[in-house]
Amino acid sequence: MKLVTAIIKPFKLDDVREALSDIGVQGITVTEVKGFGRQKGHTELYRGAEYVVDFLPKVKIEIAIGDGLLDQVVEAITKAANTGKIGDGKIFVTSLEQCIRIRTGETGEDAV
Amino acid sequence: MENNVFHLQYAMDTFYFLVCGALVMWMAAGFAMLEAGLVRSKNTTEILTKNVALFGISCIMYLVCGYAIMYGGNYFLSDIATVDVDSTLKSFAEREDGFTGGAIYSKPSDFFFQVVFVATAMSIVSGAVAERMKLWAFLAFAVVMTAFIYPMEGSWTWGGNAVFGMFTLKDLGFSDFAGSGIVHMAGAAAALAGVLLLGARKGKYGKKGEVNAIPGANLPLATLGTFILWMGWFGFNGGSVLKLGDIGNANSVAMVFLNTNAAAAGGSIAALITARLLFGKADLTMLLNGALAGLVAITAEPSTPSALQATLFGAIGGVLVVFSIVALDKLKIDDPVGAISVHGVCGLLGLLLVPITNTGSSFSGQLIGALTIFVWVFVTSLIVWAVLKAAIGIRVSEEEEYEGVDLAECGMEAYPEFTNKQ
Repeated sequence: MKLVTAIIKPFKLDDVREALSDIGVQGITVTEVKGFGRQKGHTELYRGAEYVVDFLPKVKIEIAIGDGLLDQVVEAITKAANTGKIGDGKIFVTSLEQCIRIRTGETGEDAV
Repeated sequence: MENNVFHLQYAMDTFYFLVCGALVMWMAAGFAMLEAGLVRSKNTTEILTKNVALFGISCIMYLVCGYAIMYGGNYFLSDIATVDVDSTLKSFAEREDGFTGGAIYSKPSDFFFQVVFVATAMSIVSGAVAERMKLWAFLAFAVVMTAFIYPMEGSWTWGGNAVFGMFTLKDLGFSDFAGSGIVHMAGAAAALAGVLLLGARKGKYGKKGEVNAIPGANLPLATLGTFILWMGWFGFNGGSVLKLGDIGNANSVAMVFLNTNAAAAGGSIAALITARLLFGKADLTMLLNGALAGLVAITAEPSTPSALQATLFGAIGGVLVVFSIVALDKLKIDDPVGAISVHGVCGLLGLLLVPITNTGSSFSGQLIGALTIFVWVFVTSLIVWAVLKAAIGIRVSEEEEYEGVDLAECGMEAYPEFTNKQ
């Protein structure tokens, strides 16, 4: 099992969700996060004074999947979240030791 | 028959006064929303608490002694309820110019209209000292300001009394129709004294002299507050005509409404364009301050300018307020909502614009009047703030300021999260 964590631009969330549904992903968890990468922050203006916003708003998606679906999931996110501009985000893949569905007690790939 | 007409005129002018007073009362909501929008969310509950409490204090203290100091009469308004119908009708019949003569209206309606002006002056202070002042020190100042400092300068201006028996402002050609100086600049002078002793918010000014932005939490609220103030201002200026009940005065009221609105429009657009030229962006907060600056600038004389003049006077206020806000920041005078610039600088501007259209006033009279009001309010406020600072302190601790005065003073957040215990 794998845990795929993707940081994407917030306005790409719907596209990514649709792409993942299309390949059969059953559930995702979404968090609003802030951070910076190579895009860095940007400056804003308030009453004549400039200020730097270091951390930009992003959306973090977490998806637990069976090993077989990994390549498809990575490809779906990469395609759907891509704008070609700096700040599109990243995908992290980690292996997942265990997964349990709370309602039924199922474990492993049956539960993801 | 004639007596019936007098009854009716009395009723109409009293009713007009009360409606305008209610409009001005609603300005308290405008100040509360404007200030709540321009502070950070961690200081919202406290600024709202201040705004409601200061309104209550203003009403009580003006009732206890403020009105008596300003206009004579008894403390606690003890004689205000009685009306002698026969002698009132007699004064109607005897007044010069008959039906079109001076306004005669109910005494309680006069108090009601005056008391909401005191609260307006006090509301101006709360925005300037926001986010760092102790709640109870502020409320203690509100007691002195509304019971004594404001009524004293009010007695020299609208009350017609001599300044400590030395000179009478009215004789010198001083005229302030609805209170650019008496209400707005006075409030700003008290605010300036407070800010000077209080210091800037932590992090507002860097070590190398840079000005850091501390963005307000809720610009929709600030915008709503500005529109509420704009609406309330029709009562503020319109009611100050004091009479509706004849053709001349009814027309004057209509002209005041028209000019008040025109000045706000001129001020808003002038500030928007100025901000765009200075900063490269259309700064909403400057636009809001510009509308208010236009309103303050026209308040000293909204009845004599033409509609075009009123728009231009407002526009001058709108340009001036942007430069004033930037200049105060350079001087490290931290005013989160721009109250000192809007009400102080543009209040002075309003006073100085009066002689252009009102031949009954003079520049020298306006200057002496402005100086009298400013020096009196600034010096007495400085003393009161200094005494409060020595006695109980006027500033919250650095840690409380960092955590937000909502938690430190009120123990309550404006926008609580993660607190649902079901």
